[in-house]
Amino acid sequence: MSFSKDSLNIDCGKVTDKLVETLKKQVYVALNRGGAVIGTSGGVDSAVVAALCTRAFGPDRMLAVLMPEKDSSPESSKLGKELANTFGYEYVIEDITKALEGAGCYTNRDESIARMFPEYKPGWKAKIVLPSNILEKSQLNIFKLTVTPPNEEPKTKRLPLKEYLHIVAASNMKQRIRMLKLYYHAERLNYAVIGTGNKNEHDQGFFVKYGDGGADCKPIAHLYKTQIFQLAEYLGVPEEIRTRIPTTDTYPDEQTQEEFFFGLKFKTMDLLWYALEHDVPIDEVSKVMDLTSEQIQRVWNDIKQKHRTTEYLRMPSLHI
Amino acid sequence: MDIRTEIRDFINDNFMMGRDPSELKDSISLLELGIIDSTGVLELVNFIEESYGITIEDDELTPENLDTIDRMFEYINRKKK
Repeated sequence: MSFSKDSLNIDCGKVTDKLVETLKKQVYVALNRGGAVIGTSGGVDSAVVAALCTRAFGPDRMLAVLMPEKDSSPESSKLGKELANTFGYEYVIEDITKALEGAGCYTNRDESIARMFPEYKPGWKAKIVLPSNILEKSQLNIFKLTVTPPNEEPKTKRLPLKEYLHIVAASNMKQRIRMLKLYYHAERLNYAVIGTGNKNEHDQGFFVKYGDGGADCKPIAHLYKTQIFQLAEYLGVPEEIRTRIPTTDTYPDEQTQEEFFFGLKFKTMDLLWYALEHDVPIDEVSKVMDLTSEQIQRVWNDIKQKHRTTEYLRMPSLHI
Repeated sequence: MDIRTEIRDFINDNFMMGRDPSELKDSISLLELGIIDSTGVLELVNFIEESYGITIEDDELTPENLDTIDRMFEYINRKKK
């Protein structure tokens, strides 16, 4: 098959029609539910899902739940409200800070950070990041912790296993509490929870098991991020949301999704990944992408490794 | 005990539960076979640093240095010299 930089272009009209029809069948027939509940974050993925659900169910059979907490960017709620006003569906705001405090999310996370940086104080910026120069050199995916004291330069240390697991486990409470809230609203309304994860997140394991990975339907889990942006424009998602850089909005410091997990620009990753999935010869990919075979193979190895090592996230419960 | 045996024993004891021990050969890619995942890499790094008194620098955290028992053995010997 021929491969080009246009290989990820989709017919947005056809794709939308298919997704809308499928959503109706899934929610109304398979699940026997009366509408959709969606967690909207101000990001492009949840915006696309909200737009699709508006077409599938109408704004009167939808509820968006905005769930900020103390580390969230204020932009997230602002854009979530703007999205609701654009498409005319109802929304509620559920601040989950107190729930997270009660569950020990912040305390547990901050204790771990303080073991790494004894001078750390709550209120400092903090984030965890993966190496992001995969095109330049092969690397193992080992997280580092960066803290930034007020008015000072950031400090970074490699995370040892115990602290890495602890920080992630504590932070994952955010996505799991959000899932709790979504199902509360879905069950009281007899609606379905519609997931907002895209292919990059689903396949590469950039989600929390039974957190944002917990949903009744996942209508965009097969679409590359760059295809999500195409759909967003077609569906009339506000420009401010479409042009916002995807962030994790999870840690006390701002970080892009590329910085946190994916390690390279979505446009590059998606095309290389498409080529991998469609067995495009590496020489052909090299010409189109203006990258060396070595660089391409490095990215392919990283994609395969992340898929392999996150398989357990996608597994259903195992039975005897 | 020699370094290779120590590494092999560590991997057997920590990552080969439920698997056929004969799967573990010195030249096989631990990542490709799914014997080690991202948290396993951290455990391995910790084991190597503590057992052999070396510090693995950030730019040395590569599959070329750590993805097979053979490569780990060569890397550790280079660092100890």
